[in-house]
Amino acid sequence: MTEVAGEVRSRLVWRIGEVIETRPATPRTRSLSLEVPGWEGHRAGQHVDVRLTAEDGYQAQRSYSIASAPEEERVELVVERLDDGEVSPYLTDELRAGDRLELRGPIGGWFVWEAEDGGPLFLVAGGSGVAPLMAMIRHRAAAGSEAACRLLYSSRSREETIFADELDRLAASGGSLEVVHTLTRSQPPGWTGYSRRIDDEMLAEVAPSPAERPLTFVCGPTPLVESVATALVGLGHDAGRIKTERFGPTGG
Amino acid sequence: MDERRLDGNAVGGLLGEVFAFEATTAEGACNRCGAVAHVGQQMAYVSDIGTVVRCASCDNALIRVAHNPRGYYLDLRGFRYLHFGR
Repeated sequence: MTEVAGEVRSRLVWRIGEVIETRPATPRTRSLSLEVPGWEGHRAGQHVDVRLTAEDGYQAQRSYSIASAPEEERVELVVERLDDGEVSPYLTDELRAGDRLELRGPIGGWFVWEAEDGGPLFLVAGGSGVAPLMAMIRHRAAAGSEAACRLLYSSRSREETIFADELDRLAASGGSLEVVHTLTRSQPPGWTGYSRRIDDEMLAEVAPSPAERPLTFVCGPTPLVESVATALVGLGHDAGRIKTERFGPTGG
Repeated sequence: MDERRLDGNAVGGLLGEVFAFEATTAEGACNRCGAVAHVGQQMAYVSDIGTVVRCASCDNALIRVAHNPRGYYLDLRGFRYLHFGR
């Protein structure tokens, strides 16, 4: 077989995953750990579609990024509870370990990073948009990649920072992962970091220089993603090396 | 439900129902402005009645997908070509 540029894959089918564990990631988000029979593995950055079927047959479907590394056995999703959502309140409030969940994937070949792609990596996250970037950070650690990696992560507060402890641990464990937080609504006492929305000035300070040609992945609410991508291009970054994943104004 | 503006990447599942190839890495040229990009890079407008993928450069409608219980309607007229690597 010659080198694979596109991917022929087995037909995308709905599978039944089993919920192994659910735990609060922050007050408004929940981490779901799933075991999916027949799962063929994924690449960091990919997502799954989750489908709920009501008793009357009505179906609602949403996409969720995979936060676990390809090296992990289980598939971890992070779900943010949207009060008027059709899907997320069920996933965050009702779903229990042992329940079954219909999903298909992994999906997407564009917003993907693999260790062999190298770096430097520049990751920008807003809120639960950190999920696919966490898969990249975990994959980078599991694969022993030495690609420099910097995450700029915007959250409302420290308690609403998903994966805060794990990110601290990974950043402290040597290697070349740097994590820069900005806390937009409230900051813990003595906070010396950023405390505003991501803007041009912050990106100029935090992003690797355009000359380093970072591979950039931006994920979060649509307005954040669009303003960050526009600002980076304005700072001289190559638009072709900036990949974006919009969560939309709401996800549901 | 409101229409949601997302990345082409977000419609990988829907396109996966139609194509045997991973569609988000397929590369196409816009029929209007000629810009070449991966489907995952384009803009996707998703609603309950259908999905439109638009050119990120000029907003031309590249892909329209409507579906009902009997099947899919797929309109690819917005592309000059669509290349699936192998």
